Amino acid sequence: MSIRLALAGNPNCGKTTMFNELTGAAQYVGNWPGVTVEKKEGRCRADKTVLITDLPGIYSLSPYTLEEVVTRDFLVNEQPDAVINLVDASNIERNLYLTTQLLEMGLPVVVALNMMDIVAKRGDVIDTAQLSARLGVPVVETTALKGKGVRELVETAKQAAQDGSVPQVHRFEACIENALTQIECMIRDVTEPAQRRWFAVKLFERDEKVLARFRFGADAREKLETLVAAVEETLDDDAESIITDARYQYIAQVVKPCVQKKQTGMTLSDRIDHIVTNRFLALPIFALVMFLVYYVSVTTVGTVLTDWANDGVFGEGWHLAGYGAGAYEDAAAAYEDDVTRRDAWLEAAETAGLDVSALTEQLAAEEPDAAAAAQAGAVLAADPAAAAVVGTAVFEDEKTGAVVTEPVSLSVFERTLAAEAPDPADFGIWVPGIPVLLGNALAGLGIADWLYSLIMDGIVAGVGAVLGFVPQILVLFFFLAILEDCGYMARVAFIMDRVFRKFGLSGKSFIPMLIGTGCGVPGIMASRTIEQERDRRMTIVTTTFIPCSAKLPIIALFAGALFDNAGWVAFSAYVIGVLAIVLSGIMLKKFRAFAGEPAPFVMELPAYHVPTAGNVLRSMWERGSSFIKKAGTVILLSSVVLWFLLSYGWENGAFGAVSEINNSVLAAIGNAVAPLFAPLGWGTWENAVATVTGLIAKENVVATFGQTLGFAEVAEDGAEIWSLLASSFTQVTAFSFMCFNLLCAPCFAAMGAIKREMNNAKWTVFAIGYMCVFAYGIALMVNQFGGLVTGELSFGLGTVAALAVLALMLYLLLRKPSVSRNGVEAHRMSVQANS
Amino acid sequence: MNNLKDTPCGTTVTVRKVGGEGATRRRIMDMGITRGAEVFVRKVAPLGDPIEVTVRGYELSLRKADAVYILVE
Repeated sequence: MSIRLALAGNPNCGKTTMFNELTGAAQYVGNWPGVTVEKKEGRCRADKTVLITDLPGIYSLSPYTLEEVVTRDFLVNEQPDAVINLVDASNIERNLYLTTQLLEMGLPVVVALNMMDIVAKRGDVIDTAQLSARLGVPVVETTALKGKGVRELVETAKQAAQDGSVPQVHRFEACIENALTQIECMIRDVTEPAQRRWFAVKLFERDEKVLARFRFGADAREKLETLVAAVEETLDDDAESIITDARYQYIAQVVKPCVQKKQTGMTLSDRIDHIVTNRFLALPIFALVMFLVYYVSVTTVGTVLTDWANDGVFGEGWHLAGYGAGAYEDAAAAYEDDVTRRDAWLEAAETAGLDVSALTEQLAAEEPDAAAAAQAGAVLAADPAAAAVVGTAVFEDEKTGAVVTEPVSLSVFERTLAAEAPDPADFGIWVPGIPVLLGNALAGLGIADWLYSLIMDGIVAGVGAVLGFVPQILVLFFFLAILEDCGYMARVAFIMDRVFRKFGLSGKSFIPMLIGTGCGVPGIMASRTIEQERDRRMTIVTTTFIPCSAKLPIIALFAGALFDNAGWVAFSAYVIGVLAIVLSGIMLKKFRAFAGEPAPFVMELPAYHVPTAGNVLRSMWERGSSFIKKAGTVILLSSVVLWFLLSYGWENGAFGAVSEINNSVLAAIGNAVAPLFAPLGWGTWENAVATVTGLIAKENVVATFGQTLGFAEVAEDGAEIWSLLASSFTQVTAFSFMCFNLLCAPCFAAMGAIKREMNNAKWTVFAIGYMCVFAYGIALMVNQFGGLVTGELSFGLGTVAALAVLALMLYLLLRKPSVSRNGVEAHRMSVQANS
Repeated sequence: MNNLKDTPCGTTVTVRKVGGEGATRRRIMDMGITRGAEVFVRKVAPLGDPIEVTVRGYELSLRKADAVYILVE
């Protein structure tokens, strides 16, 4: 016969640590109120017959928050054998408020007085025996962090569960008790005796969820209302206040003789807070902390790790511990210089009338034949005219930009012909990347080409896209866990709330957006620290509007091709990103889905404490692995689908693997959807395909342009195709294309992260759909209005559509949010309160 | 009667009545701001909102828009 225990308590009372201590299960512990939203269960380590359910951290059993409703429904309907109520002894009054409500539920309760170490450190004394006597339930002293008192707690809870003794509840004032007794009579036939008290109190409070449960007829409702109204009249207050006040009065009365507080001045936490949220220092300190988090997790350690994961583990390979990397880089640089000299001499030779074609063809061949190249080089060198040829090699110093020229004679040229590209495997300890190893292994097995391509270009590339982000995500989560665990995260919300709530966001939205400038994936994942669901959703929808580092090549491509590398183009991308967030926030927050039931910003600011390594590492690992599990599948699947669309198509009259992207299925789809983008000014299949491949990773847009324009490979900023691109775009259409690609659906990895964080298919679809629609509207306006100004377009249907979009946006921005009935009620109540 | 929003920093006041409605009002009361509770106004956030108070021995932050409904003396 197994015993079912429920673990209940306030946020920040160490409940999750206690759960881990009891069950040994790995689970995240944060310092932010409300992290535990799900119900978690585990078997007790000390006694496998005991099943423990971890309930959400809550302050009360009101009907207003999801966590509270989940908890009370569980306690009423599932009826665990006993409830362990964890109480933060260092904050005992507010913690006992929940206790007074749990005691009424007709279940055996054991109070665990946690954080006794802090109480002892402060010099306070709590008389546990007296507290137990006054509350009428067993009280056990614990320090979950150090595992103290846990064994005793389990034993006491087991005993309570076996005895099944229901605690004696405290009595309210006579007039309230009178009303409660009459309410209990009304529900006598439909409730268990043990639960009757709890239902009666809730009915007295006019708790709508409990009222709905009983389906009273008009008579009963009227009787109830008369009872409650009479007490309200007598005590000159409303029912909810009467009960809440009574509970706190009762607690004050219980606690007074049991707790001796040593009057001390400022605690260490107070002193830290005095500086950290100081009127003048708060913002500079905030900026510094954010800069450090960004600098380490996005620019320095993050970049190194991401490069290592993407180019090393999921690329060619890497040098173990960097050993040999320096020597290899030097050798590679020397080789490149030789190539420059060789090409310079060949250019001069060609100018001098020598026939260099045999050699250049060999050098440009996809699989160069070294012997044939040497042969062609020897023939060329043997030409009598060759001795007189002197080339001019031009070297530019990457850092200083200084240009050095160097004459290249025939002998130097002959030497350069012998130069070979260095193999990184010859230097230090070289670890080949997974694709290389797997590629070799598969080639050795002699499998079919299509299977090889599916595994290498589809699956490995897809898995690489998922795992490549993991190191950076782990670094970020490490920092977030520290910020949460030490208590600073709550202060971030405190400091930034004023700015962000204007756009329907939370003060905590700042962190996802800052991280989002580096990469949207960890940015979206960072939104998990936002406890209010509404704010979190809004943050997830808007975070990827900020240009991430993968979008920078797109910006560089168009800035170079059409805007003469003007600096304002990149700047404008960030302005557009921020504006998109602000406008979306203002528009969306007025919709009922976002506006309904505004979450109250009444937030506990927990005391600062040193984060524990175990909690931080566990949090980092759990969040990281949840990204791999939940987002990974989506990313992998979409990568494989897109691989198929890109590598298959109709070529030479048959369907099969294609050698040219122009013949792929994706190109056909591009052709079909291109007209959709015509109003945006770039309705060709090339542009449509580039937009779609951008979904794998945004920097792919540049590479795809290269492919569709006939280049095998282009530089990151696509310098080779600038001139070609300039002929197919105007400045206006280029800007429109840029806007659309910056604002529309992010890459698959980010979409996977959105799905993971929304944890709801409908919201995921909404988020991605909204981004696309918003991007389309902005790009449409850019093209149509821009075209009108420059004279590229004349007034037409497109202009009308753009005007309609503008009008709709203005309406959504300026309209008054739908005032709920509750809002009017609030106004009435406030007028009453003021009179 | 004053409200909590207009209470200067560094003063301790006693709650007389909690106005407002619904979830926010209930949350404010659940957090221990009830009739007769002593509230110490600790500070205002650097951007002017929200405020931080000490009530029943712990720190709580709430927006000025909600603090208006808390009548104190």
